[in-house]
Amino acid sequence: MRLLRIVPDDTKFDFMRFRRISFPVSAMLSIVAIMLYFFHGLNFGIDFIGGTLIEVQTKASPADLAKMRATIGSLKLGDFQLQQFGAPDDVLIRISEQPGGDEAQQAAVQKVRDALGDDVTYRRVEVVGPSVSTELLAYGTIGLVLAIVAILIYLWFRFEWQFALGAMIANVHDLVLTVGFMSLTHIDFDLTSIAALLTILGYSLNDTVVIYDRIREMLRRYKRMSMPDLLNASVNATLSRSIVTHVTVAMSLLALLLFGGQAIHSFTATMMFGVVLVGTYTSVFIASPILIYLGVGAGRSGGAEEPEAPPAAPAAAPVPSRPAASPQRTRTRR
Amino acid sequence: MLFFTRWKAAAILVTALIVCAFALPNFFSESVVKNWPSWAQRHIVLGLDLQGGSHLLLEVDSNAVRKEQLQSIDDDVLKVLRQARIPFTGRAVRGNGVEVHITRDTDIDTALTKLRELSQPLSGYLGTTGQRSIDVSANGGTITLTPTDPAITGRVRQAVDQSIEIIQRRVNELGLVEPTIQREGTDRILVQVPGLQDPSRLKEILGKTAKLDFRMVDLSMSPDQAEQAHPTDSEILDGETPGQKYLIEKRVLVSGADLVDAQPGFDPRNNDPVVNFRFNSAGARKFAEATQANVGKPFAIVLDNKVISAPVIREPILGGSGQISGNFTVQSANDLAILLRAGALPAPLTIIEERTVGPGLGQDSINAGEHAAYAGAALVIIFMFLTYGLFGLFANIAVAINVAMIFGVLSFLNATLTLPGIAGIVLTVGIAVDSNVLIYERIREEVRAGRSAINAIDAGFSRALATILDSNITTFIAAAVLFYIGTGPVRGFAVTLGIGIITTLFTAFTLTRLIVAYWVRLWRPRVVPI
Repeated sequence: MRLLRIVPDDTKFDFMRFRRISFPVSAMLSIVAIMLYFFHGLNFGIDFIGGTLIEVQTKASPADLAKMRATIGSLKLGDFQLQQFGAPDDVLIRISEQPGGDEAQQAAVQKVRDALGDDVTYRRVEVVGPSVSTELLAYGTIGLVLAIVAILIYLWFRFEWQFALGAMIANVHDLVLTVGFMSLTHIDFDLTSIAALLTILGYSLNDTVVIYDRIREMLRRYKRMSMPDLLNASVNATLSRSIVTHVTVAMSLLALLLFGGQAIHSFTATMMFGVVLVGTYTSVFIASPILIYLGVGAGRSGGAEEPEAPPAAPAAAPVPSRPAASPQRTRTRR
Repeated sequence: MLFFTRWKAAAILVTALIVCAFALPNFFSESVVKNWPSWAQRHIVLGLDLQGGSHLLLEVDSNAVRKEQLQSIDDDVLKVLRQARIPFTGRAVRGNGVEVHITRDTDIDTALTKLRELSQPLSGYLGTTGQRSIDVSANGGTITLTPTDPAITGRVRQAVDQSIEIIQRRVNELGLVEPTIQREGTDRILVQVPGLQDPSRLKEILGKTAKLDFRMVDLSMSPDQAEQAHPTDSEILDGETPGQKYLIEKRVLVSGADLVDAQPGFDPRNNDPVVNFRFNSAGARKFAEATQANVGKPFAIVLDNKVISAPVIREPILGGSGQISGNFTVQSANDLAILLRAGALPAPLTIIEERTVGPGLGQDSINAGEHAAYAGAALVIIFMFLTYGLFGLFANIAVAINVAMIFGVLSFLNATLTLPGIAGIVLTVGIAVDSNVLIYERIREEVRAGRSAINAIDAGFSRALATILDSNITTFIAAAVLFYIGTGPVRGFAVTLGIGIITTLFTAFTLTRLIVAYWVRLWRPRVVPI
């Protein structure tokens, strides 16, 4: 059977050359994302700003949104939104936080329940009071920062500080772009979004680490290869793995997106953007070339005198001396 | 890398098998599993978002606790100073403390010593902490007593413990199935009731402090006059009907703590719903004395600072039982009886978070999760087979065992599976596949670099595993942080992701290698088929 090869063997793309394009583009996109965050804002869910969310299924299908809007409007509960959610008889009601503390939120829910009466069945009622919402936002932010710091410390121990810094820049870039995406698409930003951001962080680091691992290995093996060449060789060597892995992750996410239901829709959509689009791009076009600027391998002599042919070069013949090379390689890896 | 001793191979297979076996109880009905030994009964619990139910987060009103504590210090100061016969003026609760002015300067030292005795040493986890419950300070003739922060926190913790017990009783009285009631942090209580669709009644029952007492009505002036006169021994309380006001003595004749039973019933005269109650012997005696002394005068039944009724005492009540009539419906009489039986909460509770999921949505979510899992698995299995052929098949087997192991570990931990948890499993499949991809791609590379088949496989494994370890640890750190800071559903996601990473490492380092090793031993391949 002929096996599927998405990426041909021995690719020799000059990824590093693109840094002159990818860096300015990424910087620009990041600025746009930050501007989006400040001027367009995030669609904070009730987890973070408090309030009430009620999902109902109307007995009559499709739901008469206008009538429901009038009914709830007459309750004078301040800002509220109605939105069709999935099926035509499924309606999401969002009521902003009521002034007057935690009890006032409960009173509002009761009013809505009384007003809608028997026309609907309740699929979901969520009420988050002001004291909880501020805490959740604080914990969410602390969590993200904590995760980044913890991962950084790990990378610093496992690699050198330049790698840790490079990974951090790359991954903050991922998070910023994803937040920009969430602002642009007005996806609900709630606790699951924090989960999504953390997963994106984990995945894109995962990706970065795989390439960095290879770069470190090459640095030890090819003491004289120029930095851009070495980085190119590393990225090319891991390219096939990157693509295959991302195709499978994308398949998993696609399944979640199509069949996972409305409840995790925003989660998977965010993941799709963060992991598949941004994460892949970042590890190749940002995380790797940034090592040049951070001075990895700066003290190397560069240029000529390769001690050994790079593995990317087609092996002319099974070299008899190979087995002898093997223990030496494993030694240098340690 | 490809050599396994027989013992090692057996150990790996047995471990995998045992872990997978823990998942078994989930596939049998409850009635079947009931007959199994208890260690084999552990199974995954569906989260409220999947099986439907109500989640309520309650907060103990710590301000009320503080106020009550100040009140009791205030009472103690009065008692102590009177006992010591020290004249004083201007005793009052001010801000966070109680202030009292000692009239004669010569008494100040004695007063300080006496008042310092009120302050108790606080005990922590390891004996006494050296901190005391009250700070006593003097400024000229004015002595201030302030409860310390640890003392208040301790009181709040106590209040939470007592509240949990009372909530338990109240919830049980409502006949709800398998409620979970647990402390969260210092001042919060989480109540989860699976299957409950409309928590209105539960919320009403939990929202009441149910502090009941019997007091005399103060007839010396009208409530309107009292608003100007501010009598010290009486207070103005609202009645059941809006606008109705009573002037009620502060002194309590008998309190709800002396009740032994309360049952809903009907008034034989007019068939109105009432609550019948019975006092314990101490309460009965107090009640008898009070009613004997006050025949012809009205007394008030006060619930949570609201007068439910104020009947006139027609004759002394000596039997220790009585009846509360008010504007009750059958349900509210029933609820009051429940509340009185369960006892009063030490402090009011506020509902600060509610999440209720109906059974319809829960089932939809389960179905959605299942469909997504099947579709995702099918896509990945086909893709892996197309890309790596026989080795893809090996990968698929390893991933399938991996997922079974995740379910096994979750069952063993009696973990709660939420919808984000299912998402975590789906993502784990992605990670597990990645570990295989890393290995196979590395093998391909080593083959291209001119190694022999067995050599390439060996080198591929040993190099890829280091990378797999690094990349999984980073993801695991993210999962750990998520678990640490997350609540509810998010935590569920972190749990499955974290467990998934561990099982992935296990399968990548042992099972996949074992399968390939046996294949190599049986076929002695010349070329690697990937």
